[in-house]
Amino acid sequence: MSNEENNKEIKELLQQALAPLKDPELRRDLWPQMLRKLDEQPARVPWFDWALAAILSAVLLLFPGVIPALLYHL
Amino acid sequence: MELLERFAAGDLEAFEALFRAHQKEVYAWVVRIVRDSGIAEDLTVETFWRIYKSRARFHPAGNFRAWARRIATNAALDHLRTARREIELPEDLASPGAADPAVSHETREQIKQAFFQLSAKYRLVATLALIEEEPYDEIAEAVGISAALVKVRVFRAVRILRKKLHSLGAEVGAK
Repeated sequence: MSNEENNKEIKELLQQALAPLKDPELRRDLWPQMLRKLDEQPARVPWFDWALAAILSAVLLLFPGVIPALLYHL
Repeated sequence: MELLERFAAGDLEAFEALFRAHQKEVYAWVVRIVRDSGIAEDLTVETFWRIYKSRARFHPAGNFRAWARRIATNAALDHLRTARREIELPEDLASPGAADPAVSHETREQIKQAFFQLSAKYRLVATLALIEEEPYDEIAEAVGISAALVKVRVFRAVRILRKKLHSLGAEVGAK
């Protein structure tokens, strides 16, 4: 059986079991839900920013000599 | 300033305008993949939430529709990966009068069973290419892979489905 025939047969069987959705329509405006989601999200700091801050703090504690050099470059 | 530029700059009114202009299209794409209207609504909102979060990375000269569809496809794919079990297609979403009397109820159930056992990436392309008959290049653009790779995934999905159907005892090829 060729690929095309193979696909066609399975396609027909699939369409019998799971009918294609012809022009599905959205029945309500989702903007109010979107606004709720926007309001719910607190201003979160990503975990990698915390990790970076922790690494930087550790470096400054372990090597306080770099602080003047760091301040000079800032 | 253009709408897309205002959106990229973080203007909420511009985002609302884009949301209202594209929500139906995003929903229609997602519901074809997940086949559940409630989940598709949630994923539409999730899509736009991702869009809003990554607005700074959007180039105003770019194609918003294609970008939104790519993000929607990823959101739907994430859902397929995490959803434990497929929810039955609600009757209001099924196209009426499609049942062929030559295909028994048992065979249809076996096909569904085999289909829902496919991994997310194969189910995604099989749904869009075989059930919804979307063109390969559109699927490729939405998934972010080449049309040739879509074809390969469809071929593999068909092969897996055929094997699963045989193992379930379905009469494939006898029709």
